[in-house]
Amino acid sequence: MSPSPLLKVSGLYKNFGGVQAIDDLNFEIAEGELLGMIGPNGSGKTTAVNLITGFVKPTEGEISYRGKAITGWPPYKIVRLGIARTFQMVKPFYQLPAYKNMIIPLYSPRVKQITGGKFGDRDAVALDLLEEVGFERDAFVAYKAASVLPQGYLKRLELAKAIALQPDLVILDELFSGLSLAEVASIVPIIEKLRQQGKTIIMIEHRLKELFRIADRVIVLNYGKKIAEGNSNDVMDNAAVKKAYLGAEA
Amino acid sequence: MWNAELNSRSPEKKRKERIDRGIKVRSSDVFALSSWREMLYLSTPRLLPIVGLLILSIALSHYWQRVLLSVSVFALLAISWDILAQSGMISLGQALFFGTGAYFAGNMNHYFGWPPYVTIPLATIFGGLLCTLFLVPVLRLRGIYFSMVTLVLPLMLVRIIEATRIFGGTEGLSGLGPLPNRWVELYLIIAVLLAALFGFRRLMNSDYGLVLKGINDNDRSVMNAGINIYWFKTQALFIASAIGAFAGAFMTHVYMFVGMPVFALDYSILPIAAAVVGGMGTLAGSMLGAFILVPLSEILRGIGGLRIVFYGLFLVVFTVAVPEGIFHYIQRKYHQFERWVEVE
Repeated sequence: MSPSPLLKVSGLYKNFGGVQAIDDLNFEIAEGELLGMIGPNGSGKTTAVNLITGFVKPTEGEISYRGKAITGWPPYKIVRLGIARTFQMVKPFYQLPAYKNMIIPLYSPRVKQITGGKFGDRDAVALDLLEEVGFERDAFVAYKAASVLPQGYLKRLELAKAIALQPDLVILDELFSGLSLAEVASIVPIIEKLRQQGKTIIMIEHRLKELFRIADRVIVLNYGKKIAEGNSNDVMDNAAVKKAYLGAEA
Repeated sequence: MWNAELNSRSPEKKRKERIDRGIKVRSSDVFALSSWREMLYLSTPRLLPIVGLLILSIALSHYWQRVLLSVSVFALLAISWDILAQSGMISLGQALFFGTGAYFAGNMNHYFGWPPYVTIPLATIFGGLLCTLFLVPVLRLRGIYFSMVTLVLPLMLVRIIEATRIFGGTEGLSGLGPLPNRWVELYLIIAVLLAALFGFRRLMNSDYGLVLKGINDNDRSVMNAGINIYWFKTQALFIASAIGAFAGAFMTHVYMFVGMPVFALDYSILPIAAAVVGGMGTLAGSMLGAFILVPLSEILRGIGGLRIVFYGLFLVVFTVAVPEGIFHYIQRKYHQFERWVEVE
């Protein structure tokens, strides 16, 4: 691991009423790394993402990005630093065509700051970005209303919205959930391409097989605690992980 | 292939064709219109309100010209309501904007003696700013919670004026400076109404407007794009309250009076009814609604006590029969126009 991590989470706690959603979470991620985050349902993965991206304020603990404390910052400021995320539940603007859904991220101050406001027509940029994530230009998929697009395309749209922000750190919250094997297989190269561009990625996944193929390192959460960390083989051999996933007798 | 099939079926070699599609493609992407007919098809909906209002302004009697003033004021309030609604803020208090603008203009005229052409622009800007300041603290509230605050604020302001007897107290301020003559009144409000309709429709259809509508649809997604939604909501709020404040300031000088009735519930409720009857989300629909409801209320004045019953009945019938709003209905029908064309 490089001496100064890109993102550092230390001693993070979050409780919702009596529920301890995140319980003393610590981890770091180095620039260019692909970190997988797994755990059973309700283990606090999405809450961890919400804490990092500012949608939820931590009860205690610190999050720092490039050495700067960003704990408790509002989401829009965190995005401007170069952290973009996707949502597990995609909620596009259904009545608008797919490419018009891209206008809002392209309107972002983050994009303006990076491009200096000179990147041409937003519609054209939107179509280019969508083509990158697999909206076939010849089939005019990008012009279709989001309401008629299948889930696979909606997930790609969600990914494209994150990429449009030109982030350094991308957090993908269950991007593969609800997708067929073929759809997952077609999205994996897009993620690998992001890595080649030097982006740091955190992936939250239930699709372990696909995740383990691309992740450098995996951390496992259970009841808000980190119970294991390491490469995919280490993690799957870990007794605590087996117990969390398969039950006590495993 | 498609043509050949039609050819075999229709001996007179004609078929029906929607006229809007080709025109839309050529006007929005290729920028080439081929005939006057197509130009007319595109421009009619835009010319209709302009020509209609100009004809009305000349053709109407003096009494109905006064009604037209009030219709236009309610149309502005309905447009202001629609802008807020499209940005995710359901307001029950357009009277706040109207009344604040009215009192700003009235006081500037009464205490400083400034003429209407100074007070109306100033009241528009400062009334807009003051209302925005009032509501900024509650911008984080969503849905009904925001609405409740907007409903209560004008009622509170009335009681403050009543209790502290400022700005003329219950008597109000009368004998304020009028606008030069009724034609200036009429054409001023018509010009502003048309400017607001076309200007803000354009704004709401731009990328900026898309961000505002995005906040209404899914504010988390907009926040996730690094956009400060509260700053955008504040801007929308200022736009809407400035429109309302203009309407109030204008009416102050038309009536040459400002008093507590400017915060009346009518100014809050009627714009909402207009937007619902006319069709929300287009601004033109809200304006159309005001042009139906206000004159209707005037016509029904003749039947006395049962007026409100008929008025209510009309509202119910319309919302049941055309729930999408009249404007959306007309717009859809207009786009579905067909013509017979020769099949080569």
